[in-house]
Amino acid sequence: MQRTEKQEFTTSRGTRFMGISLLLGIPTLLIFSFLLSPADDNMNDAVRLIYVHVPLAIFAYVAIITTGIGSVFYLWKKSRWWDTVAHASAEIGLMFCGLVLVTGSIWGRPTWNTWWEWGDVRLVTTLVLFLMILGYLALRQVPANPDLRAKRSSVVGIIAAVNIPIVNRSVEWWENNTLHQKSSLTDGKLENLTLFTLFLGFIIVGISFLWLMTHRFRVGWLVTEIETDGIEGVIEERINEGISVDGNSNYQPKDEVQ
Amino acid sequence: MVFLGQFPALTGATMNIRQGEVVLIKGPNGAGKSTLLRLCAGLLPMRSGIGTVLDFDLRTQRMELRAHIGLLGHRTGLYPDLTVSENLKFWASAYGANDIEVDKAMAFFGLNDRLGSVQVQNLSEGQRRRTSFALLLIKRPSIWLLDEPYAGLDSNGRELVNSSILQASELGTTVLIASHEIDKIGSTQERTLFVKGGRIVSDSGQDSEG
Amino acid sequence: MFRDAWLVTKKDLLIELRSRILINQIAPYTLLILVLFGFALDADTETLRDTGPGLFWVSTLLVAILAIQRSVDVETSDSAIDRLMLSGISPTSIYVGKTIGLYLQLIVLEALLFTVMVVLFDMSVVDYPLVIVSAVVTTLAISSSGTLYGVIASGLGVRETLLPVLFLPVLAPAVIGATRAFGDAFGRVNADGWAWLGLLSVIAIVYTLVGMLTYGNIIEDT
Repeated sequence: MQRTEKQEFTTSRGTRFMGISLLLGIPTLLIFSFLLSPADDNMNDAVRLIYVHVPLAIFAYVAIITTGIGSVFYLWKKSRWWDTVAHASAEIGLMFCGLVLVTGSIWGRPTWNTWWEWGDVRLVTTLVLFLMILGYLALRQVPANPDLRAKRSSVVGIIAAVNIPIVNRSVEWWENNTLHQKSSLTDGKLENLTLFTLFLGFIIVGISFLWLMTHRFRVGWLVTEIETDGIEGVIEERINEGISVDGNSNYQPKDEVQ
Repeated sequence: MVFLGQFPALTGATMNIRQGEVVLIKGPNGAGKSTLLRLCAGLLPMRSGIGTVLDFDLRTQRMELRAHIGLLGHRTGLYPDLTVSENLKFWASAYGANDIEVDKAMAFFGLNDRLGSVQVQNLSEGQRRRTSFALLLIKRPSIWLLDEPYAGLDSNGRELVNSSILQASELGTTVLIASHEIDKIGSTQERTLFVKGGRIVSDSGQDSEG
Repeated sequence: MFRDAWLVTKKDLLIELRSRILINQIAPYTLLILVLFGFALDADTETLRDTGPGLFWVSTLLVAILAIQRSVDVETSDSAIDRLMLSGISPTSIYVGKTIGLYLQLIVLEALLFTVMVVLFDMSVVDYPLVIVSAVVTTLAISSSGTLYGVIASGLGVRETLLPVLFLPVLAPAVIGATRAFGDAFGRVNADGWAWLGLLSVIAIVYTLVGMLTYGNIIEDT
């Protein structure tokens, strides 16, 4: 039986390029965030977290939506490729969501004077999203036939993704009892340097996302390949059960009942 | 090829069965008899291969096929909390059958009025199997797929099963029986298939045309 | 489809009537939760009135998990689901039927819980239509997602632990909305309950649609 040369590592030219960009980019971002960009009038230094907090939030949403899309495509095309995309994306999404909550909490502390504020609708609904992904990943961990697991996870993934608009619209939808920073991006009140650093933040977080996705997807794909390899052996064994009775092996499963 | 989870239950089964035939499927435990029946019922997807049952393609038309199948499986598929007649009435409505057919089937299997108001969970195994068989009659499918139909039945029950099989066959119903308890049923159109390792390894009938 | 769905609903309700699981076991559990909260909060009446709406919905959700598991067990205890799939009733009809069955059972539980809460926590209702409509809509969200998640978590051997982890986060937004609506209806909170209803309706409709579209896919594998 032919075996193709398996890739032992998940790196490639692409990921090395991304990795190096990050190695250079992250310190740059840190310099800009903490040293070069100005402090906000009323929020002092806490504003610096905005440079990662907002991009992280956006990309957390991107990750969850990717899981949703992967789930839809899996249900439609039944291809393990899409299922692996959905799974990888969910893990990245969980991580980013967690970071959003942590940075949000730290940012809010000086302003709100608490580590956590239940009245902040956006933070609370992000926590809910975090828990939804946790549930999705819990389902994926259950030992089961891969196709069954993929199908069921897809449904859960779709519902998680569908909750994104609810979270996103929450700030406008719900009344003004939120302490959350109103969207200052679109106000045009941000200075140039702040805007630039924010932009830089988006780039860096975006590259991180792609880099993590690529590696995680490849790992997931390797797992899939291992699973399919095992199957051939099991089939042979099964056929041998019947061969002892008569010699011809019949590989054409075909039954017609008229 | 049919998989149950990660396990290849059927690995290559070729068979050709004519309408109205009574086919006995034998083989050791775990050979794939039940899986074969469930495949023909349209309950299982095929990983590879081709097959048609009653002109329904097993790869694309499984849902449409199901209403024409009567499957008697290991589990009886009844609701334990409901009585016998409540079960029968529910399933009859689901199948689109009327009350008269329900009464006939109940009478045939000796599920008279007294038994009718007993909850299924309080029935004996034999009584449950009879109820299950009665549902088969009520549904009036074109194909009967019986998986170990004699299990749990006394000789009286077995008689009933045999005579209903023969009757159905005369009316043109195709009957497939998986059982390791009997060797023949007594029908003129009988045939025996042997299943082992997920394949059909011997066939007493000659299938030349389909 | 509705005829078939209604058939399934009637069957589920009949089973409940015979087995009385809801009345004998789940309902007392509901009341127990409420009473325990009363003890644990060790609270004066004002606090209880404030927290009442939230406690109501938390209790309802916890109890819904039991009701969902029961709904799934009914079909799997003797593989009736197999026969159901062979019967010609479409999976979507099965889904709708079971969702409505679950819905009605939950409404009964909620009515009971509501009455007890009003008495124990000495609450007074300011806006009855709001209470009723928000309960109606929220329960739809609970039963539609519950019926779907019930089968997703079934058959894997981990149902008791997996179902809550999947189901509760998904209902959290609905709980938020429902609690605000109830709070408004009891006059405890300065929120616009009817506006929250918009959110609740969207959630309920979306979950029901997803359920109708995907339920068939899921039960194929049981």
